[in-house]
Amino acid sequence: MNERQNLNRQLAQMLKGGVIMDVTTPEQARIAEEAGACAVMALERIPADIRAAGGVSRMSDPKMIRGIQEAVTIPVMAKCRIGHIAEAQILQAIEIDYIDESEVLSPADNIYHIDKTKFDVPFVCGAKNLGEALRRIAEGATMIRTKGEPGTGDVVQAVSHMRLIQSEIRRLVSMSEDELYEAAKQLQAPYELVRFVHENGKLPVVNFAAGGVATPADAALMMQLGAEGVFVGSGIFKSGNPAKRAAAIVQAVTNYSDAKLLAELSEDLGEAMVGINEQEIELLMAERGK
Amino acid sequence: MRIAVLALQGAFIEHEQVLQRLGAETFQVRQLKDWQQPKDGLILPGGESTVQMRLLSKLGLLEPIRQAVASGLPVFGTCAGMILLSEDHLGTMDIRVRRNAYGRQLGSFFTTGSVEGIGNDVPMTFIRAPYIETILSPRCKAIATVDGHIVAARQGNQLATSFHPELGDQQSTPDMFAGSGQPTDDYRFHRYFLDMIHPS
Repeated sequence: MNERQNLNRQLAQMLKGGVIMDVTTPEQARIAEEAGACAVMALERIPADIRAAGGVSRMSDPKMIRGIQEAVTIPVMAKCRIGHIAEAQILQAIEIDYIDESEVLSPADNIYHIDKTKFDVPFVCGAKNLGEALRRIAEGATMIRTKGEPGTGDVVQAVSHMRLIQSEIRRLVSMSEDELYEAAKQLQAPYELVRFVHENGKLPVVNFAAGGVATPADAALMMQLGAEGVFVGSGIFKSGNPAKRAAAIVQAVTNYSDAKLLAELSEDLGEAMVGINEQEIELLMAERGK
Repeated sequence: MRIAVLALQGAFIEHEQVLQRLGAETFQVRQLKDWQQPKDGLILPGGESTVQMRLLSKLGLLEPIRQAVASGLPVFGTCAGMILLSEDHLGTMDIRVRRNAYGRQLGSFFTTGSVEGIGNDVPMTFIRAPYIETILSPRCKAIATVDGHIVAARQGNQLATSFHPELGDQQSTPDMFAGSGQPTDDYRFHRYFLDMIHPS
């Protein structure tokens, strides 16, 4: 790993224990910052609306992203399509703090992800199992998040992905060294990274939860399952009282194991976003990019 | 020795790992009842200062911490922690700080430098870092500068750095992650802080 990638990995370390919120306007960005977001994700439409609108979903207008960069002092992230090298170059040109090569947008490449080692700005990528996570890290991602199922308000997929990644990590830790070569083959991941997980019991980069988090309890659940922080997409600005809900989720991530405090935080938050159940989903975004 | 580590958000575990290797005991402060335990020192870690300030005040920790530091509790703030100690925040240290002084993430960098009282070739990792714009009283003393900007200062019981001495302790990474140029066992800053509590 070169020095730039190391610095990028370290920025993710600074985001730990925090909440990264999807915002579509400078106004929403300020509400998020005021509520205690540790970073914002600038995008034209939140995942729930992308789902509703259908069609091809692309990188946001750089002017819109700039407006958000000017509105807040916390890090600003933005999404590019899986495999869309040029969109990533554009985001780097406007000095974005983190690029999310995201399955929420329509993939631009059905086989290859971006070679993220060629960039100076950091990348976060989604994963639903350990193999995907390690492949993205090998490509240069310096932060991982669960894919979950974005824009649904249903946390079940994020839970499955986080549980699967954690249990696969435990399995690697328990293996003898001569079993690691076969494990690397099965995971379709580089041996060096498999070995790192075996020795350290964790990914070599920070691992956040994302996809379907809508309440303080959802956020606390993900933290208890081993997430190092949480992305909240549609859950905040699709709800009745975004400012209050956002602040409550931030506190829930810090004190995720204090049920009494979580009870207080969960009071009077107004309407949560309307969820879509797993069985009702027509488009599984998590199946994009493996 | 028992060190309280503010654990509201950010890179607090990294500080705990270094302190534990140096033989100190640590505990995390996530709310008021954690803070009320006996302690010999306090770490204010890196992270986002806006988030940490908001949580400090929501959780009723701001005043108790301000009072403890003002009455002499040794404290070490890194990056966001330095911002917390500055004027307009906890205000216990006589420094004015410029946030995001090096710009966005593309401006983050690694270097080495000398620090008065610690030595030469100290690793310095700057992540969207602040620096000290002005020292507001003779009680506070600059102990390191990089490119003409003050990046570390000491004021009695208080120590602050723009950079992250705790990141020198990152676990070594596999071959494909090697070559970051960072030593993994440079604990001089944390040792210096522990010496502020109990001179060895």
